[in-house]
Amino acid sequence: MSTQSTRLAARLMVAPSVIVLFIWMIVPLAMTLYFSFRLYRLLTPDRTGWVGFNNYLWFFNAPDFWLALFNTLALVGGVLVITVILGVLIALLIDQPVKGQGMLRILVISPFFVMPPVAASIWENLFMHPQNGLFSALARGFGMQPILFLEDYPLWSVIGIVSWEWLPFATLIFLTALQSLSSEQLEAAEMDGATPVNRFRYIILPHLTRAITVVILIQTIFLLGIFGEIFTTTQGGPGSASTTLPYMIFKQAIVAKDIGRAAAGGIIAVILANIVAYFLMRGIGRHLDN
Amino acid sequence: MGQIQLTQVRKSFGEVDVIPGIDLMIEDGEFVVFVGPSGCGKSTLLRLIAGLEDTTSGTIAIDGKDATHLPPAKRGLAMVFQSYALYPHMTVRKNIAFPLKMAGMSETEQAARVERAAKVLNLTSYLDRRPGQLSGGQRQRVAIGRAIVREPAAFLFDEPLSNLDAALRVGMRQEITELHQSLKTTMIYVTHDQVEAMTMADKIVVLNAGRIEQVGSPLDLYHRPQNLFVAGFIGSPKMNFLAGAEAAKHGAATIGIRPEHLEIGAGGPWQGTVGLSEHLGSDTFLKVALDTGETLTVRAGGEVALRHGDSIALAPQVGKIHRFDASGKALA
Amino acid sequence: MARAQSPRRRLIATLAAWGVALTIFFPVLWMILTSFKTEASAVAMPPQLFTADWTLENYAEVWQRSDYPRFFWNSVFISIGSTLLGLAIAIPAAWSMAFVPGRRTKDLLMWMLSTKMMPAVAVLIPLYLVFQRIGLFDTRLGLILALMLMNLPIIIWMLYTYFKEIPAEILEAARMDGANLWNEIVYVLTPMALPGIASTMLLNIILAWNEAFWTITLTTTKAAPLSAFIASFSAPQGLFYAKLSAASAMAILPILILGWFSQKQLVRGLTFGAVK
Repeated sequence: MSTQSTRLAARLMVAPSVIVLFIWMIVPLAMTLYFSFRLYRLLTPDRTGWVGFNNYLWFFNAPDFWLALFNTLALVGGVLVITVILGVLIALLIDQPVKGQGMLRILVISPFFVMPPVAASIWENLFMHPQNGLFSALARGFGMQPILFLEDYPLWSVIGIVSWEWLPFATLIFLTALQSLSSEQLEAAEMDGATPVNRFRYIILPHLTRAITVVILIQTIFLLGIFGEIFTTTQGGPGSASTTLPYMIFKQAIVAKDIGRAAAGGIIAVILANIVAYFLMRGIGRHLDN
Repeated sequence: MGQIQLTQVRKSFGEVDVIPGIDLMIEDGEFVVFVGPSGCGKSTLLRLIAGLEDTTSGTIAIDGKDATHLPPAKRGLAMVFQSYALYPHMTVRKNIAFPLKMAGMSETEQAARVERAAKVLNLTSYLDRRPGQLSGGQRQRVAIGRAIVREPAAFLFDEPLSNLDAALRVGMRQEITELHQSLKTTMIYVTHDQVEAMTMADKIVVLNAGRIEQVGSPLDLYHRPQNLFVAGFIGSPKMNFLAGAEAAKHGAATIGIRPEHLEIGAGGPWQGTVGLSEHLGSDTFLKVALDTGETLTVRAGGEVALRHGDSIALAPQVGKIHRFDASGKALA
Repeated sequence: MARAQSPRRRLIATLAAWGVALTIFFPVLWMILTSFKTEASAVAMPPQLFTADWTLENYAEVWQRSDYPRFFWNSVFISIGSTLLGLAIAIPAAWSMAFVPGRRTKDLLMWMLSTKMMPAVAVLIPLYLVFQRIGLFDTRLGLILALMLMNLPIIIWMLYTYFKEIPAEILEAARMDGANLWNEIVYVLTPMALPGIASTMLLNIILAWNEAFWTITLTTTKAAPLSAFIASFSAPQGLFYAKLSAASAMAILPILILGWFSQKQLVRGLTFGAVK
């Protein structure tokens, strides 16, 4: 519903965004693709050449590749499950007529303002440290052996830390959504004889569908690339127990200085991200319409 | 000046012809109403004149100059929107002054014109409020104020009263009519309400499915509808239609008779039973089920002591029967 | 959906909500408390919530031994710069998508969002090389560009959802009133969407401030912001808990305080305009 000149203007005005994003995407991607078929090691810079799919084959044959793939998905899935479930519960709690809701919000939102390296270092040093951490002090206070979080449960620990960082986001989105639910609907359901569980199941949860979609979509985008938290805490270990695909690529690039292999890993990660995106859009994209 | 001429104006969205081709002449100073059911293309036609949409083909001339490809701002027209479309972040004063500011007028001239418009529209004491603090009628006046300060060649109104309650609507209707009488500027007014059309227009354009069914003065359309559509659309309650044998007696495929042109009394040719009866005091409306199966609406002046189930006979007033051929065209 | 409840239930709910909120906040609180302790009491067993010998020495020492103001100003320049540049590019784009939508608008938005799904590590080496080659490595401009591009899809998406709430009729009215496209955006759209634009701005300043991958990999010293500062700090200092906490606090406090003060707008922004 507009004139040709406004449509033309619209195209011109959307063009800069499309162009810069396209360049931002395609240039590094093309270079990565090129490197992924090359022998390119920083330690032996004079030996170069095409190696076909060797870099990819190395990845697929690497003993920790499938583990890294699993860890990546487990990290994304684990954090999503934790933040969505806890987020809904906490939002329901705060949405009650409680005293000091503004202050509560400030407290709950705070972890979102903490940059990932700081978040990781707080948890690693002040809480999970086997000697000086608060958790170990707590365990000893109860007369138990301190749990070696980062050694024995590295992936779970990382999931825990990342969940803490993203819980405010999920909670506040759900809280906003809950506050737009009319109390009349709930009262009508109560008149119809719905129990609290039924009210949650048939009224509140459907009302939250869109919010849950947004949380899953946005978090997945950020979680697929999680790197800093692992780098700061477990360095992917012990062994490869908490190595994710991004971290494995990082190790190839920075530690092994094998740019070719890292590039192949990068392409694999891009393909994985696309597969995840595809299923995400097919599965929940329809909730985003209008 | 404000003469607008449409020549073979056509508009299609993709495959769909919303307006297949319209020729229309709007004279300077006329109050023209586009009326028709929703989806008939009347709003689209107005937006074409405004320049908010492109014509697919055909030309629009304003005061004899081709304006088909001019942007809205260059056409010298002002528009009042259905939702008023006031700028919520500006005061009433700034809202009214906005078109003047866009035209690059000096501050003092802007202020003078805003004051003048506010006076005409009784808005002087509201000038420093924001639209959110005004009632529906006041918002409507601000929208009109924003239109008149520009002294446009013509005003375009897109169903401006449909968001007001019934009482306010009658008042605003009169205000707009009075405004037209004092400004003597061309006005094009879109509505789906035939009462608005009948009461305000110098000239009514009845639209249906993107085509002009008839153009004429209100009474012209009332007395001489050119086809079944106009006959049924203009007038309230609607004209009664009878087909078949009864129509054949008058040498037509369909005959029409308005509710106010039926006489109640023994000896009428149409016998039936009263169904619903509405007693308004000034008028009485009756739904009469004829023995032949059709239903007629009757409007009788004053109070009529007829109730549900009474049998009556009806007679059409002489010369008030409208005759239509099989294609729906009126027969002379 | 606040509903009336008995005082007793209300009390229980209040206590539970505060308990949960304090638990979530506790790590931040603990870090801030630790930053005021001496190194000895920071690792004292059993841990103490408050100590008698609280001190500002950790802050003084971090301030002396690092070039904190430089990191701080780099963070300010980079986060605000990338956000403003992003808005300048995104506002016209969001206008187009919201008011002149086509059949492909939804796809275009999703494509833009999908560029964010590309793992940063995957394109690290190429970007590193490109930045070195064109002289953007370790410059504020380089980081402003990188973070702007990183967040652009989110800025566009948020603005798009805010703009869509504005009736198109108002923009058409402006057009009828003689406004050209520039005037329409400057005098009508932007002021009307100001709350949304403010939320978008805040959220993106925070995202940019906290970005820790590109800021670490694409800088060495000159343009390094606070996220790089804290990463470099924890590495050589070993486990000096109190000093590490002080440095951490100095890295996050500016944005924490900004976030607290703009909490209302931010919550709106956090929902990416997609939840009402």
